[in-house]
Amino acid sequence: MNYQSLSYLDLAIASALILVNGVLSVLLRLQLERQLLLAGIRTVVQLLAIGYVLGWVFQHAQWYVVLPLMCGMTLIAGFSASGRGERHYRGLLVDSVVSVWLSSWLVTAIGLLVILRVRPWYEPQYAIPILGMILGNTLTAVSLGMERMTRELAAQRGQVEMILSLGGTRWEAARSAAAQAVRAGMLPTLNQMTVVGIVSLPGMMTGQILAGQSPDEAVRYQIVIMFLIAASSALGTVCAVLLTFGRLFSPAHQFLAHRLVARR
Amino acid sequence: MPALIETRHLSRVDSVGHTTLLAPTDFALHAGERLTIVGPSGSGKSVFLRALALLDPPDSGELRWLAEPVGAQQIPRYRTHVSYLAQRPAMVDGTVADNLKLPFTLKAFQPRRFDADLASRLLDQAGKPASFLDKAVADLSGGEAQIVALVRVLQLAPHVILFDEPTAALDPQSAAAVEHLVLNWAEPERALVWVTHDRDQARRIGNRHMTMDQGVLQP
Repeated sequence: MNYQSLSYLDLAIASALILVNGVLSVLLRLQLERQLLLAGIRTVVQLLAIGYVLGWVFQHAQWYVVLPLMCGMTLIAGFSASGRGERHYRGLLVDSVVSVWLSSWLVTAIGLLVILRVRPWYEPQYAIPILGMILGNTLTAVSLGMERMTRELAAQRGQVEMILSLGGTRWEAARSAAAQAVRAGMLPTLNQMTVVGIVSLPGMMTGQILAGQSPDEAVRYQIVIMFLIAASSALGTVCAVLLTFGRLFSPAHQFLAHRLVARR
Repeated sequence: MPALIETRHLSRVDSVGHTTLLAPTDFALHAGERLTIVGPSGSGKSVFLRALALLDPPDSGELRWLAEPVGAQQIPRYRTHVSYLAQRPAMVDGTVADNLKLPFTLKAFQPRRFDADLASRLLDQAGKPASFLDKAVADLSGGEAQIVALVRVLQLAPHVILFDEPTAALDPQSAAAVEHLVLNWAEPERALVWVTHDRDQARRIGNRHMTMDQGVLQP
């Protein structure tokens, strides 16, 4: 099966569709024109750049080429996950990177080595897109989890200290906020899993079909990816929430609320 | 008989400005004492009370309970003996009964069970009928919420209660109910520390009086 190759003219026509957003922004006075222009340029530039990088990596498929790229992707995901929320604390960036890194690499390893049995493990055709998809979802989950945890703890300071005052442990005091945070982190993936194939056709599956893969094979890959994403999102969120908990509660069962500061 | 609570050079410093919140303080609280602390706003009264509850980590010094240092892992158990009541009562969603049952869901109170008769008797002392247990927390006035918070502590029979201006925001009737409950609870083997701005109230509640000024506790 062949697929329709895209020329730069095709890309230009597709890019021109951003004008729809621009016209809406002007008509509704959304004042988003500048952001739309920048977002459009970034989309094209970033994707073209990663296209060249991936092309180069695919030509030099060695572990010492693939591994640094995977590390770079993970670091950027970790940094991105830390940038959300009204409050932060010292060490949030480290916690974010650690959570994203541990969860996504563990689950990617299971995907590559146990399920897909890719040999060698760093085969860029598999390792990079799979890690990328897992990272994209895990960073959202970690970010939402940390944001909800810090928000709930700040809002519920009275309740947290009431439970501590009554003799509750630090975990008993934080449990409600932690549960809400883990739930917030896992919900987007759960929602996605509920509607996948009915409301939305995932990008990877669509891409495989467009590239000539049989729908049956594409669906199998997508099922694997969905479960990998779900596992990584859950692990990443729990890891982030536990690390946040460790930063904001002392071993002496004290809530260190002063460590939570408003983001400038 | 050792002091219930004893502090040695206990101090707190502001983590941002490095200003002294509580100067190194030697203090002892004995059974039967009803200590009141008065002083201007920002003088360190609440800082001291929270330090006694071990809610904030001290910057120096130590606190002893019955002459023994309190280790990090013993702090939840310590707080079952020494309860802290904040000026603004914190409630969980649900009814008054849900809030009174809350402590019994904590590990520190296992295997104790909620005693509805005891809770009703305590509420009765505050002029609240038994049906008050079923009232939704969202419908409570500030004074009623403080009474619930106090009953939630009193039913646990702690040895010491630390009161952080518990009636400062209450109407006179609720304030009187809170004082009545506290004085009924106070027995010779128990003790309390009551922080207030109100010198008349301090005279009504206390049998020992101290002042706090610029982080320094004085007789």
